[in-house]
Amino acid sequence: MSSASAPVLQVTDLTVEYATDGPGVRAVDGVNLQVHKGEFVGVVGESGCGKSTMLFAIAQLLSPPAAITDGSVVFNGQNLVTMTEKQLNVLRWRDYSVVMQSAMNALSPVSNIGAQFKDALEAHGSFNKREITERSTEVLALVGIDRIHLKSYPHQLSGGMRQRAMIAMALLFTPELVIMDEPTSALDVVAQRSLMVQIRELQRTLGFAVVFVTHDMSLVSHFSDQLLVMYAGQVVEAGPTRTVFDRPAHPYSRGLLDAFPSIRGPRVRLTGIPGSPPDLGRPPTGCRFHERCSVAMEECSTTVPDLYPVGDVASRCLLHRPAEVTA
Amino acid sequence: MTTTAVPLLETRGLTKHFKVGGNLARKTLHAVDDANIVINAKEIVALVGESGSGKSTIARLLARVYKPTAGDILYQGKSLRSMRSRKDSLAYRSDVPMVFQDPFSSLNPAYPVSHGIMRGLTLHRPELNRSQRREEAIRVIETVGLRPAAGILDRYPYELSGGQRQRIGFAQALAYKPTLILADEPVSMLDVSIRIGLLNVMADLREQENVSFLYITHDIASARYVSDRLMVMYAGHIVESGPTEEVLANPKHPYTQLLVSAVPDPRAPLAADAGSDRGEPPRVINPGPGCRFRWRCPVAIDRCAEVTPPLLDLAPAHAAACHVAAALAPTP
Amino acid sequence: MTALLVAGAGTDAADEPRRRRGGLLSSILHSRKALVGFFIFFVFTVAAIVPQLFTSVKDPNALQFTPALPPSGDHLLGTTALGQDIWAQLIYGTRESLIIAVVAGLFATVLSVLVGVSSAYLGGIADDVLSMITNIFLVIPTFPLIIIFATYAGKGTLLVVLIVLVVTGWSYGANQLRAQTLSLRNRDFLESARVRGERRSYIIVAEVLPTMISLIVANFLGAALYSVLTAAGLQFLGLGNPNSISWGTMLYWSQNQQALQTGMPLWSIAPGLCVALLGTSFALMNYAFDEISNPALRPVRRRRVKRKRTSPAGH
Repeated sequence: MSSASAPVLQVTDLTVEYATDGPGVRAVDGVNLQVHKGEFVGVVGESGCGKSTMLFAIAQLLSPPAAITDGSVVFNGQNLVTMTEKQLNVLRWRDYSVVMQSAMNALSPVSNIGAQFKDALEAHGSFNKREITERSTEVLALVGIDRIHLKSYPHQLSGGMRQRAMIAMALLFTPELVIMDEPTSALDVVAQRSLMVQIRELQRTLGFAVVFVTHDMSLVSHFSDQLLVMYAGQVVEAGPTRTVFDRPAHPYSRGLLDAFPSIRGPRVRLTGIPGSPPDLGRPPTGCRFHERCSVAMEECSTTVPDLYPVGDVASRCLLHRPAEVTA
Repeated sequence: MTTTAVPLLETRGLTKHFKVGGNLARKTLHAVDDANIVINAKEIVALVGESGSGKSTIARLLARVYKPTAGDILYQGKSLRSMRSRKDSLAYRSDVPMVFQDPFSSLNPAYPVSHGIMRGLTLHRPELNRSQRREEAIRVIETVGLRPAAGILDRYPYELSGGQRQRIGFAQALAYKPTLILADEPVSMLDVSIRIGLLNVMADLREQENVSFLYITHDIASARYVSDRLMVMYAGHIVESGPTEEVLANPKHPYTQLLVSAVPDPRAPLAADAGSDRGEPPRVINPGPGCRFRWRCPVAIDRCAEVTPPLLDLAPAHAAACHVAAALAPTP
Repeated sequence: MTALLVAGAGTDAADEPRRRRGGLLSSILHSRKALVGFFIFFVFTVAAIVPQLFTSVKDPNALQFTPALPPSGDHLLGTTALGQDIWAQLIYGTRESLIIAVVAGLFATVLSVLVGVSSAYLGGIADDVLSMITNIFLVIPTFPLIIIFATYAGKGTLLVVLIVLVVTGWSYGANQLRAQTLSLRNRDFLESARVRGERRSYIIVAEVLPTMISLIVANFLGAALYSVLTAAGLQFLGLGNPNSISWGTMLYWSQNQQALQTGMPLWSIAPGLCVALLGTSFALMNYAFDEISNPALRPVRRRRVKRKRTSPAGH
């Protein structure tokens, strides 16, 4: 079908449920995602849309009461969902790695950076001391941190440096895929931009693919190839980044883009999106966005829309439903 | 000759130092140095800076959580130093309340959300009786856009969303009938689509209730959206100040220029040198004289290391603290 | 990863307002441990209030029966070497044990709260001084202190026992509460109260304490548990009032008369068992409060979530 080689990551129909006393809560509902070699895929959405849960599901890091109840996560031809912990450990960090949201939470405060790199290296291979130091220095240099910081503790580094150390750690084995969960949210705008540029450069040099989850749509606008917009556990729009930005098809994407005040151009009063995201324990009938949608039709409360193609993006909105061909 | 009205709030040379380090190696952290701020009535002033720039310290100095190390704060022309009695202090707090950043810890989880508002009314508007207080609480809740007000008042914080809780924070401040609200990053922890709603509340309060705001944030875009004047802080110094549109259109200080260029704009292409500045904030411990931005500055000259640049007007009402910018400014 | 343990997706909560029904009562009913604990405590309370319901003997200490009888219909647990009905002593003894547990527990907790919370909130010199006092009391070996104090006080009346228990039992809780208050000290709602202009004393009592209620209750239950066990120990050693009716005294006399060796084991075992049961009930109720106040401790339901068959090829 496509001319590109097989995707590095193919997520099909992924569904994650949280077991509760009553009916379970579906945090992620039938998500499809494809990542090719060297591609940067951005996943944007607000709190509660399920993007972080989906990321953890892909990385097979969910704990009870959350569990994957449907779908597959095929990484280089193998379905991660059906693999055992032992089989997963072979892949972890070597073939794919994860960068967490807050480095202060993910890095151990009681060991220095060098020790943590050593732990990561030894957990997935056997190396002697010289090899460990060499590789640690190498990855730190990749992100622009001086080797002297191998002896530093996380609290001695600035926020930006910590985050870059996390990224360095994720690159220890030069994996094919790096999954990032909001790695820039704790940083200031200058540090954020610097980090994004760095990630893009590393991608070009080392050739890994990135799945990047964030709530800040404008941040990924210059860096991602593909963009997915999530709402209430579903993907509501997906396509090439530029198209989604220039001509957002789904009313939610449009509302989200409009909610970012710009510093150039005229000053206009914006309205944001009224209301708040739905309770996933009792999702609305029909389209999950219809209660907050400014262009909702009557049907929207009863019919569940699929993802329909609109030019080169796909949009989960009845407005884009292809006309039925009457016989 | 026009007589200028007394500004609502003014600081002169406001300075705050903290002692850090153990008892042996006493070092001084210069959180704020020599800040001159002016806020007028019915005006939203944005104070923009990255973390560690000192902007939150300024808020706490103005809220009288910290005592200034040096300098003075004048409210309606009177120095805060002269407000010693509890009565004076309460009167000031009633006029200048604060709204906090974190919606998840700014309300006491053990009480319904009406608690803060009612306590505030008891303390600052003692002339009201119980039912009048309740009426007033309902009024301010409705003013910030929460309906049905009576129902919301009896809810507990965990039952409300982040955006709703922040609105309660604004309602609490409004209940005192303030003249100036200090808003310390009030929307930073909220979702993007909810931020706009709260920023609109601020703009409406300025128009309808004649309340001024000191809006502290690291997000220039939201500062532009809501403020009339903009001040930029770096490492404890105010480095630029002026009308918002003017400062953003013609930033004079190199740091302001850096900030403006770093804001992601989906519509504009990425600058070629983007990402060259790593965004490392300085630690201002025992600093000497000189501009604190000079290590990151692309246009620093020798003078920058010797003399701390003063905040000077380089265009009408537009001031910047930069030797290079001052040299380039057209002489009046 | 805590986000994944909370029902509902995403990292921060932006959920619709939802009323939680029942609250404390429903949480108790749902926890098996709590139910058992409360039930045991309830039974003991009834026995303490209306002992007549459980036994027809009016004065358990009177030497009115044939000594050393084995258990029978008339004497459920037999009689002591001195001719007293063991079951009756047990029932009437509940009263004193419960009083000790609740009163000593209460006063110890009050002292813990006063010292712990104030020292954390006031900080500075006050904190240093109060912490030092707390740590001194914490470190002093309790039993030798108890013995010295009780002996010095002369007659071991109930009051002396209570005082000793409170004096030795408050310091552990004080440390806990201090730690918790320290962690709260910079929460925004406290700063908001300060900025509002509230007095410090008001903030401690009306803003800090209410958020720590579950910890204070847990402290009380812990102190009550400590009191029950230590009181029994004191009385067993003869430092209580040997003429009172309580489980500890029964232990004293039964040991004195060598009940275990002379074929009257129930005289020792029964009161010991009761002490253990009452202590267990406090511990169980403590677990329940822990789980109620800290949802992260609730047993995670590892229900097998139904998996649909994965379709072989994608769409």
